[in-house]
Amino acid sequence: MKLNLLASVSKSLLLARWKQTLVAAVGVTFSITMFITLLGFMAGLNSMLDNLILNRTPHIRLFNEIEPSANQPISQAIEYKNHYNFISSIKPKNERFEIYNNAAILNALKKDDRVVGIAPKIVAQVFYNVGAIDLTGVINGIDVDEENRLFKFSDYVTGGQYIDLKNIPNSIILGKGAAEKMMANIGDVIQVTTIKGERIPLKVVGYFQSGLQELDKVQSYASISTTQKLLGESNSYITDLQVRLKDINLAPSIAIEYRQLFDVEAEDIQTANSQFETGSSIRTLISYAVGITLLIVAGFGIYNILNMMIYEKMDSIAILKATGFSGSDVNKIFIAIALSIGIFGGLLGLLFGFGLSALIDQVPFNTASLPTIRTYPIDYNPKFYIIGGIFSIVTTYLAGYFPSRKASKIDPVIIIRGK
Amino acid sequence: MEQKILEAKGICKSFHDPITIPVLKDINFSINRGDFVSITGKSGCGKSTLLYILSTMDTDYEGDLIIDGITMRDKKEGELAKVRNEKIGFVFQFHYLLNEFSVLRNVMLPGLKSGKYKDKEVEERAYQKLKILGIENEALKKPNQLSGGQKQRVAIARALINDPIIIMGDEPTGNLDKKNSEVVYDIFKELAEVYHQSLLIVTHDNEFAARTHRIIEMEDGRII
Repeated sequence: MKLNLLASVSKSLLLARWKQTLVAAVGVTFSITMFITLLGFMAGLNSMLDNLILNRTPHIRLFNEIEPSANQPISQAIEYKNHYNFISSIKPKNERFEIYNNAAILNALKKDDRVVGIAPKIVAQVFYNVGAIDLTGVINGIDVDEENRLFKFSDYVTGGQYIDLKNIPNSIILGKGAAEKMMANIGDVIQVTTIKGERIPLKVVGYFQSGLQELDKVQSYASISTTQKLLGESNSYITDLQVRLKDINLAPSIAIEYRQLFDVEAEDIQTANSQFETGSSIRTLISYAVGITLLIVAGFGIYNILNMMIYEKMDSIAILKATGFSGSDVNKIFIAIALSIGIFGGLLGLLFGFGLSALIDQVPFNTASLPTIRTYPIDYNPKFYIIGGIFSIVTTYLAGYFPSRKASKIDPVIIIRGK
Repeated sequence: MEQKILEAKGICKSFHDPITIPVLKDINFSINRGDFVSITGKSGCGKSTLLYILSTMDTDYEGDLIIDGITMRDKKEGELAKVRNEKIGFVFQFHYLLNEFSVLRNVMLPGLKSGKYKDKEVEERAYQKLKILGIENEALKKPNQLSGGQKQRVAIARALINDPIIIMGDEPTGNLDKKNSEVVYDIFKELAEVYHQSLLIVTHDNEFAARTHRIIEMEDGRII
C-alpha cells in the first residue's frame, strides 16, 4: 500500500477521535518526561557522589608497602629445607617509605601512552600545634600544577589561591576542619611538629574542603619541596606516584603490570573503592524500573483507546476491506495510528523531559560538604534520550499490535450483513 | 460481447451454528460482459449469501467461482482483496461512506488503493464519475451533509472508480424512497446500456427486478 494513502487514512481515523488520541499521547509524553527527568537527576546525583571520591583518587597509586620480607632466612637454610617452618611475630626490617628510583619510574610512566598524567606525592605524618595541644595530621606534599590538572585540586580550595602553595615558600593549605580547630586564618603562621620532633612554622595560604569532613580535620597540603624540607629529606624523596589513566577500566590490569615492572605496590581504584560502583548501579536500576513502569502504564492507555476506536470504526474497516484493502493494510493503518501516538507523545516527552531537567538544574542546592555544587546536579546524557525514544516507540507498537490484529481479522460480511 | 466474466460452478454453502443448515445448494450460472442481472427471491432464500460468495468476501463455500477467467478457489486473502479492488464494485443497502473524508476522497479511496493511476489522475477520474451521477457539485462536502439518495449515488461513484468488470449491489434501493429508487435504477440502466457495465443486483423489489435484462430467481437455496 502506498505510504501517503496509509498516512491519510490513519490521520483521519486519529483526528476523528482527537480528544482520546490526545489523552493517549499525553500519557506517553508524561511518562517519557518523568523517565528522562528521573534518570537525568539520578545519574547526576550518582556521578556527583562518585566524583567526590573518584576525582580525588588516582586510578593507580604506586607506593612502597612496609611489610616483612616474604623470603625469611630460615627458608633459605639448607638443613631446614624439607621442614615446615612456622615463624611468629615477624617484623619488617628498617625500610624507607620512599619509592626507590622514582625518577626512572616517573620517566617510564610518562612514556606510557595509556597514562594521562602522573602526580608525585609525599605523605607526611605531623602534629599541628595548637597552644599546648598537638593534633595529629597528615600533610600531603604535592606537585601543585599536576595535582590541579589531574585531580581538580583548585575545585576543593575554598579559601585563598591554590597557586600560592607553589609561589610562597613554606606555605600550607589547611583542611577546613583542621583550620577551624586551630582557629587559623589565611595569612596566619602555624606550627607543625614532624614525627622526628622538629618544629617548623608554615604560613596558611588557603583552606581545603574535600566534602568528607573526617578527612578535612586531618589533611593539609603543602608543596613537594616544603614537605621534603619538613621531613629533612633530599629532593628525590617521593612516597606516592598517582597515575591517572585514559581508560579507568584498564586500571586493575595495568596495576598488576606496574607491580611486576617497577617492583612496588600498585593499587587500582576499583579495588580501593568497590562500594561506589555497587551503590550507583542499584540507584540506576531503580530509576530505570520506575521509568519503564510509567511507560507500560501509558501503553495500556493506548491499547484501550485503539480497542475503542476499532469498535467505533467497525463499519469503516468493513468497507475498506470490501473495496479492496487487505487485512494487512488494515493492520498497518492501526499500527501507524499507535506509532504516531507514540512518536508524537515521545518527542514531546523528550522535549519536556529536557525542559524539566534544565529547570531542576537551576534549583539551588548548597551543602557544606560539597563546595563545588551550587544547584542540583543533572546528567544530560544522550543515552537516556535515546532509550526513552526507543522505549516510547516499542511500547506503543506493542500496545497497538493486538488491537491492530483484531482489526485486520474483522469479517466485512458479518458487519455489512448485520445491519 | 458474449464473454463470460463471472461463473459459479456448483456452489454450496451451509451454516454450521448451531446445527448444519444448507443455505445454498449447487448454484450454477454465469454472467457475460454488459449483462444487467438481478437476483430475486424471498427473504432468507440465500440470495445475499450468494452475493457475498460471488464478491469473494465470503470464502467458506464449496464449488468454484471464476472471475474474469481466473478461479478464486485457492487465492489468499491479500489476492482476493486485490480482485475486489480492481474487478468488483460494490453498492450496499447502506451507503457505508467514511464520514471522516470528503465525498471526493471517499470516491477516490479504492482508486488510490489500486495505485494504477497517479493521485492527480484518480482525482480527475473521481470527478468524471461524480459528473456521470450528477453530483459533482457536492464533491467537497462531507457525506453526512448529503441526503440519502445523494449518498447512494456517491457509493455508486465509488464502485465505478476502478472501472470494475462487474458492479454488485445488495439491495441498493432497499433504504431509499420511491423517487430516489427510480434515480438509482436510471443510473444502473444508463451504466448498462450506455457504458456496457455488467451489473449484478440482489433485490426483493420485484418491480425493480422486472426492468433488468435478466432475472435469476431463487428459492430455498436453489435457482429456479
